[in-house]
Amino acid sequence: MAFQIPIATGRSVTGIPTGRLAVWWVLASEVFIFGGLIASYLMFRLHHPHWGDEAAHTNTVAGAINTFVLLTSSLSVVLAHAAAERGDKDRAAQFLWYTIGGAVMFLVVKSYEYTTEIGHGFHMFRDVFWSFYYTATGLHAIHVIAGAIIMGIVATAVKRGEHLQRVEYIGIYWHFVDVVWIFLFPLLYIAK
Amino acid sequence: MEHAHVIHADGHTHEPHPDSYYIKIWAVLLVLLVLSVLGPMIGHPTITLITAFGIAFVKAGLVCGYFMHLAVEKKFISYLLLASVLLMGVMFAGVAPDVLKGKGANWAKTVHITLPPPVHHETGHSGSGHADDTQSPVTHH
Repeated sequence: MAFQIPIATGRSVTGIPTGRLAVWWVLASEVFIFGGLIASYLMFRLHHPHWGDEAAHTNTVAGAINTFVLLTSSLSVVLAHAAAERGDKDRAAQFLWYTIGGAVMFLVVKSYEYTTEIGHGFHMFRDVFWSFYYTATGLHAIHVIAGAIIMGIVATAVKRGEHLQRVEYIGIYWHFVDVVWIFLFPLLYIAK
Repeated sequence: MEHAHVIHADGHTHEPHPDSYYIKIWAVLLVLLVLSVLGPMIGHPTITLITAFGIAFVKAGLVCGYFMHLAVEKKFISYLLLASVLLMGVMFAGVAPDVLKGKGANWAKTVHITLPPPVHHETGHSGSGHADDTQSPVTHH
C-alpha cells in the first residue's frame, strides 16, 4: 500500500508558513553571530580609543558606495517579492538577477578595498582592530556570496514559475545582510 | 508547484504595494546614508555619534519594518528577534567588565605580557599603527 509522507507547509501555532518561519529562526541565530562580533568589537573599541587612528585608514568612500549598493539591492529584492506576489514570475526573476548583480558589485568593491589595504600593510595581523575588521567584513562577505548563490537557484526556479514564495524568503535573508552592513559601516568606516 | 500567496498576521490577503512605495523608502534610506557620511565632517563628536549610529538604527528600522515586512509580520517574529538581541545584551553585560575594567572585587589584572611590536610597512599614509594592543594587560589565573 502506497502511503504519503505529510509535508509541513505551515505551523498552526504561529500561523506562519514553515519556510518563512525557518528563515526567521536562521536570522535569530545570525543575530548572535554578528551581534557577538559587534558587541566584542564595541567592548575592545571602548577600551582602546586609539583604534580610531587605525579606522582612519579604512576607505569611507568605498564603504559608502557599498552601502548604496546594498540598499539598492534591497530595493530590487523587495521589488522581486512584490512581483512574485502579483504572480509575475519573469519580473520577479529579473529583479532577483539585478540583486545578484548588486552582490557581485559589492564584492568587487570589497575586493578592491582588501587589495589596497593589504598592499599598504593593513593586513589582518597588523593589530586587533584590523583582525576585527577582516573578520567582520569577511564573515559578512561570505553571507553575501551565500545569498547570491541561493538567489541564483531561486531565480532559476522562479523563471520556470516554481516556488514563487521563496522570493520572499531569500529577500528576508538579503535584507538582514543589508542591516548587518548598515551597522558595520558606521562602526568601521565612520567612527574614526 | 506551490502557489505564491500573501499571508498576513490576521490571515487576510491583499494587493501588493506598488513599486513606488518601496522606491520612496529606498530614497529616504539614501538621504539618510548621505547624512551619515556628511555628519563627521562637522567635526562634533556628539553629532557624529547621532549621524553615524542614530541614523544606522533608523535605516535598520526602515529596512526591517518595510522591506522585511516586520511591521505586518506576526508579533511572534518580533519577540523572537528581540529575545536574541536581549540575550546578546546579557552576554555583553557579562563579559564587558572583564574587558573594560582593570580590577574587580575579587580579581585584578596583575600580569602584563608585552609582545614584540608589529612589523609596519611603509604605507604612505598619514596615520600610524599603535603597539598599545600588544601591551594590553592579561588576566593572571
